[in-house]
Amino acid sequence: MRLRRSTIYWTGFSVIIALLIIAPFVLPEFWRRFVTEILIWGLLAMSSDLLIGYTGMVSFGHSAFFGLGMYGAAAALLMVKPPSLWLAIPAGLIGAAAVAAFVAYFSTRLRDIYFAITTLIFSQIFYVIIFTWTEVTGGENGLTFSRPRLAIPGLFSVPFTSETLHWFVLAAVTLSYLVLRRITQSPFGMVLQSIRENEARTRAIGYPVERYKIMAVMLSGLFAGLAGVLYAIQNRFAAPDFVFFVVSGEVVIYNVIGGIGTLVGPIVGAGFFLLLREGFSRFFTEYYLIPVGVIFVAMVIFMPQGLLGFARRWLNE
Amino acid sequence: MEIAFDQLLIQTINGIVTGMILALVASGLTLIFGIMDVVNFAHGELFMLGAYAGVVVLAATGDFWIALVAASLLIALLGAVIYLTTLRPLLGRDPLTTILATFGVSLVLQNYALWQFGPVARKIQEPFTGHFTLFYLDYPWYRLVIALLSAAIIGTLWLFLKISTFGVWIRATTQDRVMAQAMGIPVPWVLTVVFAIGAAMAGASGVLFGPLVGVNHAMGLDWILKAFIVVVIGGMGNLAGSIAASIFISLLEAYASLWVSPAQAIIVSFVVLILTLLFRPTGLFVPTPK
Repeated sequence: MRLRRSTIYWTGFSVIIALLIIAPFVLPEFWRRFVTEILIWGLLAMSSDLLIGYTGMVSFGHSAFFGLGMYGAAAALLMVKPPSLWLAIPAGLIGAAAVAAFVAYFSTRLRDIYFAITTLIFSQIFYVIIFTWTEVTGGENGLTFSRPRLAIPGLFSVPFTSETLHWFVLAAVTLSYLVLRRITQSPFGMVLQSIRENEARTRAIGYPVERYKIMAVMLSGLFAGLAGVLYAIQNRFAAPDFVFFVVSGEVVIYNVIGGIGTLVGPIVGAGFFLLLREGFSRFFTEYYLIPVGVIFVAMVIFMPQGLLGFARRWLNE
Repeated sequence: MEIAFDQLLIQTINGIVTGMILALVASGLTLIFGIMDVVNFAHGELFMLGAYAGVVVLAATGDFWIALVAASLLIALLGAVIYLTTLRPLLGRDPLTTILATFGVSLVLQNYALWQFGPVARKIQEPFTGHFTLFYLDYPWYRLVIALLSAAIIGTLWLFLKISTFGVWIRATTQDRVMAQAMGIPVPWVLTVVFAIGAAMAGASGVLFGPLVGVNHAMGLDWILKAFIVVVIGGMGNLAGSIAASIFISLLEAYASLWVSPAQAIIVSFVVLILTLLFRPTGLFVPTPK
């Protein structure tokens, strides 16, 4: 008897989610935090996979969306008393969406390398603005704030502990994953993939390619903003370092390491990268990027499908 | 605010000086892109390592000009090694993979510099310290010499491309790689040399620029961004365009810093970039495509 593919898929999905749900009970505090962080970076990487893997546009500007999500959440948490979680999330999303609209409008006119460079430069624009506008953004020091309570008005209100935060992040990431998966399998997602395969032909069939690209960038930016909000809530600060383009580069690294165009791959990549960093920083202290960079270059050359693509090919054999 | 004429003139000179250095960095970048479809993210790191190589050779020999030549040669060699180990295997794949690979290389090089030389900025002594009086300012001759030297290096490159046999080979490879190969031009060798030349130019500009600011491991980041802006504004792969764009952008930034802080003046070049993308996405200094 052969199992249906979707049965295997959903069984695997439930097992992984179940493992992640019980993770806080078995892991010590440091690793608990570590897993939460992997989920957040994984969400950011997954959002950029919508562009890199599905639409074929390599974005080097995801730090801007992530950062604006952070600062949007920070603004809501600092200005409204008492700080409310349900204000911080939409505020962060609005921040990220505004930036994404701006970036999408200009950068989708360009293709390939030009798109990558323009998104990079756009993220630097926001970096410079945030870095120099000290009165509003706190400049180099960034903003610090207190964590809001996890509350549903009229029902319950508990402070975030590392366990509840983990579950909250897990819920948000799982939900985003399902939504993104749905998007990529929808007719809209099919058009994105056909843009990746052959843009001229897609246009010839009659799809307004530019509009699809703008939508893709905006959706991707929205999920990246959500990752920024979660990161802000976890760490209780917003800093310009996270808007710097090196963060975008790391996001692209997660995608390539994990396997582009798979949605799960980027999360695996983020986990792998962060584990590598953790492992190497014990031996190489702050110079851990030397071995990580070498491994990354080797993977670009020898394993262009990433860990997941490699595993898949290995399983098929 | 009233801006005096003398301030404007000083900023013009400053703008042209930085513009020439930027042109030197950007022309290496655009040469590499135009000829081999490689977006070299590690270009800023080659600039930075060039400056460090200058520091080391200067400490050993005590002569600035030896340091300049030695650093350029060292960085050319490093460029050739980088090309052979990381970019050669990617030949024929999507140009985007070259961004990824060179980004990885830039991480390695930057952290190597941090590891090797530490976080404290080093100083390169100027080869001569003469000044001339420009209104109320003592303007160092060295700055003008940098601009002239950069122009000379770019001019040599241009002549090299125009006249020498190897230059003809390079231009032939740009136009049609397969046909060039069929005509007996050693294309792999040409590509390696082009990457080495681009790297050497980055290294030379690092040494030239070193005396103006300290040499540190993160100095490449600023320059790579500016160089990318310039290369896009000038039209990718277009040598003359990126030189014009370098000077244009640097002048604008120099004027803008009369009003705002230099950190904010860079926003001006971002704005120029956006306007370019909106109205002339092929580049500001490129003839209108038919």
